[in-house]
Amino acid sequence: MSNKVIYGIFDDEEVLLSSAKSLRSKGVRINDVFSPFPIHGLDPVIGIKPTRLSNAAFFYGLFGTASAVWMTWYMLISDWPMNIGGKPNSSWILNMPAFIPVTFELTVFCAAHGMVLSYLLVNKLYPGRKPHNPDVRSTDDKFIMEIQTSQNRKHSEEDILSTLKSTGAVEINQKEMNKA
Amino acid sequence: MEHHSSVTVRQPLILGDKSYHQISEDISRPVEGKANNLFKILFTISSLLALWGVGCFAYTIGTGIGVWGLNKTVGWAWDITNFVWWVGIGHAGTLISAILLLFRQRWRMSINRSAEAMTIFAVICAALFPVMHMGRVWVAYWVLPLPNQFGSLWVNFNSPLLWDVFAISTYFTVSLVFWYTGLIPDFATIRDRQMKPRMKKIYNILSFGWSGSAKQWSRFEEVSLVLAGLSTPLVLSVHTIVSMDFATSVIPGWHTTIFPPYFVAGAIFSGFAMVLTLLIIMRKVLNLEDYITISHVENMNKVIILTGSIVGVAYLTELFVSWYSGVEYEQYAFLNRATGPYWWSYWSMMTCNVITPQLFWFKKIRKSLIATFIISIFVNIGMWFERFVIIVTSLHRDYLPSSWTMFHPTFIDVGIFIGTIGIFFTLFLLFARTFPVIALSELKTILKSTKESPNPPQH
Repeated sequence: MSNKVIYGIFDDEEVLLSSAKSLRSKGVRINDVFSPFPIHGLDPVIGIKPTRLSNAAFFYGLFGTASAVWMTWYMLISDWPMNIGGKPNSSWILNMPAFIPVTFELTVFCAAHGMVLSYLLVNKLYPGRKPHNPDVRSTDDKFIMEIQTSQNRKHSEEDILSTLKSTGAVEINQKEMNKA
Repeated sequence: MEHHSSVTVRQPLILGDKSYHQISEDISRPVEGKANNLFKILFTISSLLALWGVGCFAYTIGTGIGVWGLNKTVGWAWDITNFVWWVGIGHAGTLISAILLLFRQRWRMSINRSAEAMTIFAVICAALFPVMHMGRVWVAYWVLPLPNQFGSLWVNFNSPLLWDVFAISTYFTVSLVFWYTGLIPDFATIRDRQMKPRMKKIYNILSFGWSGSAKQWSRFEEVSLVLAGLSTPLVLSVHTIVSMDFATSVIPGWHTTIFPPYFVAGAIFSGFAMVLTLLIIMRKVLNLEDYITISHVENMNKVIILTGSIVGVAYLTELFVSWYSGVEYEQYAFLNRATGPYWWSYWSMMTCNVITPQLFWFKKIRKSLIATFIISIFVNIGMWFERFVIIVTSLHRDYLPSSWTMFHPTFIDVGIFIGTIGIFFTLFLLFARTFPVIALSELKTILKSTKESPNPPQH
């Protein structure tokens, strides 16, 4: 049996969304969608789980807070207690008001940079990576739905193609998949 | 009255009957086309100014900061004035991209990219001044919490100057990644339009291989939202901490609790003025009149009225509190500002910051590009004078009348300031020629709901 990739190309995001819904209601699995901007409401339709990046950011932020607390305590209270302008240096908690700005900034620093690094990592974005959008128009004004026949053995190719066509695809391309 | 005006129909944010493809075309044109003569002239002037500034920097480093006009009484003058001025200008970019995102203000989308670029370039200019003022710039890394070879002496976490180090570096790096995260998909759009392999290669590197799959977009939106949420308190904290450089000291005119909110409002005020100065030129030079419309300008002018009025109220509050406090040093500091030898700088500040922005109450002025451009320059000048007044007039007549003196800038002081203006405009012009100056993928999401409809509804 041949393994094919079918690309349904749309010129409107709402048409693609309703087409995706009707394909899903028939049980067709949609592998991916490439679009020039985020299509709202698409993720649950094609089965993309909400990202957990913001949870990660929370923990990066917590790490930042903890490092700031440790750093201020170690450097100004424990290792070399400095009495500057009569400000208390005997305990961290008494000196804490002066440490708030640095603690806040380090929290934001770690949360933001940790999150962006994770984002680049999970999205596999780095300088020099080859783009894998199937058609260059997908970053301009075309919305492309990718369906793999190997994931849809229950549905005939013709069935998928005709549904795509009847739900508004302006162009349909097919590609033989390379043996992995 | 016979004529009933239609109930607040929203102004279209994108003029002309655009399609998604047309947006890509319009925004990519400046990147793909040849530079016009106006661009070449502006670029030559600003890079010459930048070079002049670099020369003055080199002279300062080689000779020491004695080449500035500072003296024993006025130990801080133009350098810190310029630092605060530039950092303040940066604030508008973050306000537009982060705070207006959280408030779901869609008009920000045409201007956020260039405003954020402005933020980054302004913070670069700002950071040069404290580094210069260290004198021995090669030991600038001593501000970092590193153990050193002279014994385990650490940085002083009680000092607002150290808070500044953390605030400015966090602000700069977070603004940079926020800006770049948004640029990645737009670089991909430019990449996919290129026929020449060299351009394609360059923009592919810049786009980090973005493909625009559903999963990438879903994560992209999450990252944008969280970064906006983090940047909002961050931007407020930065100028708060800058104001604490002054407010935690015991100099009359500085030692006030009003400083943090007053500085933040002033920062946004001056930043919006600079955004307007830049965008009124940019929309013309790059033919972006359909995207940066009169209603965008009008909205920004409204922010200027608001923040300008807050600044005005803060000036009056300061005057009142200095009288009401009954502290004679405090009273004299303000009397000296208004009537002393620097009276001209105080009244330039008052005129430019309190009176000129009030002209925006008139709709005609608010909607006029020429008037807006002129007023924005006035505000830029006024906000520079505000910092000069706060810093120099409080210092030059201190507690001890025998040490009273005046501050006179040297040509190096002037050269460095003009040099940073050159650096700022050079960087901005380079940005305008090589980067997508409008967040085009974001703009496409609001195209349907905010474009001018070809057949306007009949009222």
